[in-house]
Amino acid sequence: MEFFRISKDIPFMRHALVFNVISLLTFLLAVFFLFSRGLHLSVEFTGGTLIELNYAQAAKLEQVRDGLGKAGYTDFSVQNFGSSQDVLIRLPLKAEQNTAKIGEAVMQALAADAPGATLRRVEFVGPQVGKELAENGALALLLVVIGIVVYLAFRFEWRFSVSAIIANLHDVVIILGFFAFFQWEFSLSVLAAVLAVLGYSVNESVVVFDRVRETFKKARGLSTPQVLDHAITSTISRTIITHASTQMMVLSMLLFGGETLYYFALALTIGICFGIYSSVLVASPLVMWLGVSREQFIRPKKQIEGANEDGAVV
Amino acid sequence: MNRYPLWKYLTVAFALLFGLVYTLPNFFGESPAVQVSSAKATLKVDDKTRERVASTLQTAGIESSGIFLDSNGVKVRLRSTDTQLQTKDLLEKQFNPDAGNPQYVVALNLLSSSPQWLSSLHALPMYLGLDLRGGVHFLLQVDMKGAITKRLDAISGDLRTLLRDKTVRHAGITREGERVVIRFRDNETRNKARIVLEDNQPDLLLADQGEGDELKLVATLKPEAIKRIQEFAIKQNMTTLHNRINELGVAEPVIAQQGADRIVVQLPGVQDTAKAKDILGRTATLEIRMVDDTPGAIEAAQAGQPPFGTELYVERGAMPLLVKKQVVLTGERLTDAQPGFDNQTHEPAVHLTLDSAGARIFKDITRDNVGKRMAIVLVEKGKGEVVTAPVIRAEIGGGRVQISGRMSTMEANDTALLLRAGSLAAPMEIIEERTIGPSLGAENIKKGFLSTMWGFAAIAAFMIAYYMLFGLVSVIALASNLLFLVALLSLLQATLTLPGIAAIALALGMAIDANVLINERIREELRNGSTPQAAIHTGYERAFGTILDSNITTLIAGIALLIFGSGPVRGFAVVHCLGILTSLFSAVVVSRALINLIYGSRRKVESLAIGQVWKPANSTAGTVK
Repeated sequence: MEFFRISKDIPFMRHALVFNVISLLTFLLAVFFLFSRGLHLSVEFTGGTLIELNYAQAAKLEQVRDGLGKAGYTDFSVQNFGSSQDVLIRLPLKAEQNTAKIGEAVMQALAADAPGATLRRVEFVGPQVGKELAENGALALLLVVIGIVVYLAFRFEWRFSVSAIIANLHDVVIILGFFAFFQWEFSLSVLAAVLAVLGYSVNESVVVFDRVRETFKKARGLSTPQVLDHAITSTISRTIITHASTQMMVLSMLLFGGETLYYFALALTIGICFGIYSSVLVASPLVMWLGVSREQFIRPKKQIEGANEDGAVV
Repeated sequence: MNRYPLWKYLTVAFALLFGLVYTLPNFFGESPAVQVSSAKATLKVDDKTRERVASTLQTAGIESSGIFLDSNGVKVRLRSTDTQLQTKDLLEKQFNPDAGNPQYVVALNLLSSSPQWLSSLHALPMYLGLDLRGGVHFLLQVDMKGAITKRLDAISGDLRTLLRDKTVRHAGITREGERVVIRFRDNETRNKARIVLEDNQPDLLLADQGEGDELKLVATLKPEAIKRIQEFAIKQNMTTLHNRINELGVAEPVIAQQGADRIVVQLPGVQDTAKAKDILGRTATLEIRMVDDTPGAIEAAQAGQPPFGTELYVERGAMPLLVKKQVVLTGERLTDAQPGFDNQTHEPAVHLTLDSAGARIFKDITRDNVGKRMAIVLVEKGKGEVVTAPVIRAEIGGGRVQISGRMSTMEANDTALLLRAGSLAAPMEIIEERTIGPSLGAENIKKGFLSTMWGFAAIAAFMIAYYMLFGLVSVIALASNLLFLVALLSLLQATLTLPGIAAIALALGMAIDANVLINERIREELRNGSTPQAAIHTGYERAFGTILDSNITTLIAGIALLIFGSGPVRGFAVVHCLGILTSLFSAVVVSRALINLIYGSRRKVESLAIGQVWKPANSTAGTVK
């Protein structure tokens, strides 16, 4: 089998502007939704209590709500979790609440209106923890960005590292945009998925850039867009097969992993789809516009000096 | 050119064998077990305990599949959960005849059921996290400010005694925020006091303040003393938690410090979460203070104007009580507390034992205050409760104190347990809690396993169909990656959580990238007209640089997650990083070894079984050379 029978290099760079405009629009849309709707943060970030119940029969959510309302709880949310028998209750933080007893308190409150539940899981997160998690998440993102920029600048050239990180950060924003638009729950595992995607799709750009460097070194007389076209064309089969394989695994998690892994897998799916697009069709034009040329690879000594000077700009 | 030296083949073979051995225990699973460990620091569990367990089981006719002694205690492996419960009850009766005063912790546990030779190689099954085995997780925040103010309160008491002993006349000692202020009438006394304090209280920084009649000496704690107090507070709290958890009977509790002021408590397999929270949640500290029985004072306090230095409390039984703020004794001075009965009245009582310093203070206090009342105050989360306020009948020396009156046997037991478990050096608050039911854990394992299995199967089917023999080699390399990863996780005994399983699946999904890169490269070389042997050689060679670069960028993300991640993210990050490292070895070295074994020894290779290699009739893609 051979899926990709491409006899000529595909002129990706001719349409570079189109790709980037599409990309910019998606990005702006994502930013817009992030600001207008905001992320639906999980209890881990906001603080609060999460209670998972299991009923022998299909749960009657109305009765659960009534029971909680009668017991004096406010601002709670009750919904099914995975199946009709599983119920997830979210309670906001309250200053005077006895956190140690909240699981039993809820069970007692429900005993009258919606009996027969078994307590499966209780998660309580205090306010200080949530704030720290958000801070640590931001720090982790920053560390990944710096680490990748420095590594790529060292291994390739600052132009590559800048375009790779721009292309892939825009992936991250788009994933967040999806989570904001659909108001999917943004939990710690989604954050892990987002950072994993960042590493993963940078690796995509690396494969293309590797080929760009190689082509620059070997081929004479090709213009920069031609070199980029050639590099993308000759790695496109690998790009698609690899992503398809990873996606198969992620799809399997989406189908069999249950509710806990669902949003994790969802974030990865969006990340993988946009990762192909952005790391190939956004990063490469950026490299071109930043003015990559053959000379930067042929005299390695001078190129390293140049990279260091410019590296300060990075 | 496609041959490995013998040592490389041996390395691969050894790595695979190693992977197999350390993965093996996971297939044997775990059997129910009962664990007997010591509940007291003074009581050692040794070979004698083991023999006692063995003989107890023998007389009762219970068959076990092994009795082991390790640093945690004696473990009995059993065949079914029914006999497990039966054995637990039996051992509980045998080892703790007095239920009110348990000497041993008898708890349910799980033991690896792999054969002895595996266990002796330290090959154990992966350590499952709470979300996979069920249990309770708490994150407790220690109130360090509370620890400091408490220490300063104690210091002001000490200063009072000290100055009285040295006959230095002061005009009052008070704690104001995080400093202690001592007032003097004249400069001479102040200088005298300063010398006394410098000699006896090395932890204090002293400063002069005020003028005229209002001379002050302001004492603050030195930074190193503050640090020491904080370190002590967290240690003391951890010890206290240990004691409390011992009373619960949990097989493998985890009590660990996190950061400067937090404690993580994990109780795997605990079913009765309500009781666990109840015992842990009692973040009580004990204080003994004097009762102010001045006529009229209580009425003033009830009107909202308590006299200076006193607080209004309600005693159990709803009697209002005016208690002085000055703390005479704290729970730190308490060495033991036992429930019992009063010798004369046969009322339920709690017997306290104080350490020598506590005994001396108690003797002084009781001598000076015969006929007055003292209050025993339990402070929980900043709110005090007067447990009892007995009248001092006579001077009490020797540090043995009995509290009785208006208590049921149950209450006496509870109070004793609370006091015996040691009071906390600083208040604590639960800031994070996770309770996972055991059925949910089993379900999570199943879900994680299913997703990995189906994802792997799909990738394997595709790779073999697309790359034929090279695809098969890639799949074997991927399987060996899984083997290495599971073996490493088992060997390191890193905690496996559901996000960790997701990371295993994702690691496999990403690891195949390396093999795709290699296979595509070989096809490309063939397309460009290389001979099969040369294509394999250059294919692997060229792909390696790319594989290394791409894996390092992924690893950077993994390490960032490891540094900043907590809880579920950390579980993900550990597996993610390990997975990247194992995939480098398996995708490059293991697959190359297999390909070399298949093709390397042949003289003439006509073609490679790498699937169809399509060659363009008139290509520009191939002109680059």
